[in-house]
This record gives sequence, C-alpha cells and structure tokens, in this order.
Amino acid sequence: MTERVPVLKIGDVLLVSIQVDLEDQMVLDLQEDLSDRIVATGARGVVIDISALEIVDSFVGRMLATIASISRLLGAETVVVGMRPAVAMTLVELGLSLGGVRTALNLEQGLGYLNSARDKQLGVPGFTAGSPDTGAETR
Amino acid sequence: MTSVPVGSDPVQEVGIVASGDVVKARQIIRTLAQQSRLSLVDQTKLVTAASELARNTVVYGGGGTMRACVARDGAKVGVWVQFTDQGQGIPDLELALTDGWSSGKGMGLGLSGARRLVDEFDLRSAAGEGTTVTVVKWVR
Repeated sequence: MTERVPVLKIGDVLLVSIQVDLEDQMVLDLQEDLSDRIVATGARGVVIDISALEIVDSFVGRMLATIASISRLLGAETVVVGMRPAVAMTLVELGLSLGGVRTALNLEQGLGYLNSARDKQLGVPGFTAGSPDTGAETR
Repeated sequence: MTSVPVGSDPVQEVGIVASGDVVKARQIIRTLAQQSRLSLVDQTKLVTAASELARNTVVYGGGGTMRACVARDGAKVGVWVQFTDQGQGIPDLELALTDGWSSGKGMGLGLSGARRLVDEFDLRSAAGEGTTVTVVKWVR
C-alpha cells in the first residue's frame, strides 16, 4: 500500500499540498481521491501546492492537466501554485507548457484568484472594475 | 560517450524495475548533480531527464539498470547516466525521438524531451534487442 497525498478542505476549496517525491501510483491515487472529494464536498475550487516539488516530469505534468480537466467537469476550478522557477524552465524545455492549467505564484494568490472567480460568478457587487461604491478603480 | 570518460568517479549501478525505483533513480542523480556542482536549473533538468528515462526503462523496457557517476573529462565535470534494458527495443529511432511520438501510454515527450534537457544524448536500440540510452550534463 503506497502513501497517499492528503486532501484538505477549507470552506469550498480543496487544498492539496504535495510534500513528498511522488511515486507514479500516488499520482494516480490522488487523481481519484480528489475527484471523489470534489463530488462529496461540492467544492468550487482546488488548489494544488507544488512548492515542495523539486521536479515535475511529463507524468506529473500530465496529471496536473488531467486533474484540472476532471475538476472543471465536476464544477471546480483548479489552480496550481508554488512552482519553482527551475521547474518552470525545465517544463517548458521538456515541451510541456501546461496551457490548460491555471497557475499562481503562491497559495495566497491562488486562493485570491478562486475567491474573485467565485464572487464574479455569484455577481457579488464591488468586484466589477471601477465599481461605484469604492469611488476608485482598483488596480 | 557510451562508455564513462576515463578519470571519472566510480560508477554506481542500481536496478530500475518497479515504479518506486524511478524515485530512487531521481534521488541518486540529484546527489550526483549536487556533487558535481551543477547549477540548480541544470540539476533540475538532469533529474527530470533521468526521471523520464527511468520510467521508460520500467514501462517500455520491462525493467533494467541505471549506471551513473560524476564524469570528468579533462577540465570538464558533469554527470554521466546510462539506462539499459533488455526489452523489445525501439524499431525506428528517428521516429521515437520526434515530439509527440508515443507507443500509446504517454504524451510522447519522454525521449525527445529528455534529449533537450541534457548536453549529450545517445540512443541505441534495435527491435528485440533492448535499449541503451546514455546522457551527460556538463557543468557550465
């Protein structure tokens, strides 16, 4: 039995923080666990923190893209956060630019993106550009 | 380059049979990359290439061996890595190194991508005779 990557729930967001060097089976398990948790919790967003990952090869890269697609079909948006610069440079050279995957520099920005995406969807006032109640445009 | 340059450090040899061995291969190459003082980006590129090749050895080669060492060639220092398997081999090497070519299980970036991540790349294979891939990453 291999180790599993924990999936944490914070409000309507699921947080996956990958802290160990991933064996291929763990990657496949994570895909399944996360899909189940999205359905069970009705989560609207998924944040995958890869700041501890020293490398992302084509297998893990493809998993990130697959998870993002599956989550979208289940009504949740995925943001991958914390990619190291060296990993980003390597991925591009490898030929994997993860075009379909939303990314953010860190956890804070990732959660911020999911919150604003949700508020926009729910039509919460004050989130449209130049909203009248603030009197100033936020940049 | 298919054999280790004379004057290199002793070669480590490890079996690459199960998927857990891919993780082990990454760790060994990471250590060698640090010993040879590759830059962080070059370490990351080499370890990623080794990960692709190790997975190929397990998935397509039916398991095999990784040999690796800190390579020394005159004033040059780097890491030399070789993966060998006795699997079905690759019938068309040219095609196998094309982006997007895949035997069906992956995205077809493993071999071609790994080649872009290293400084030297040598692929030898024939149908029914297994595959040997040798790569070197030199310190800039």
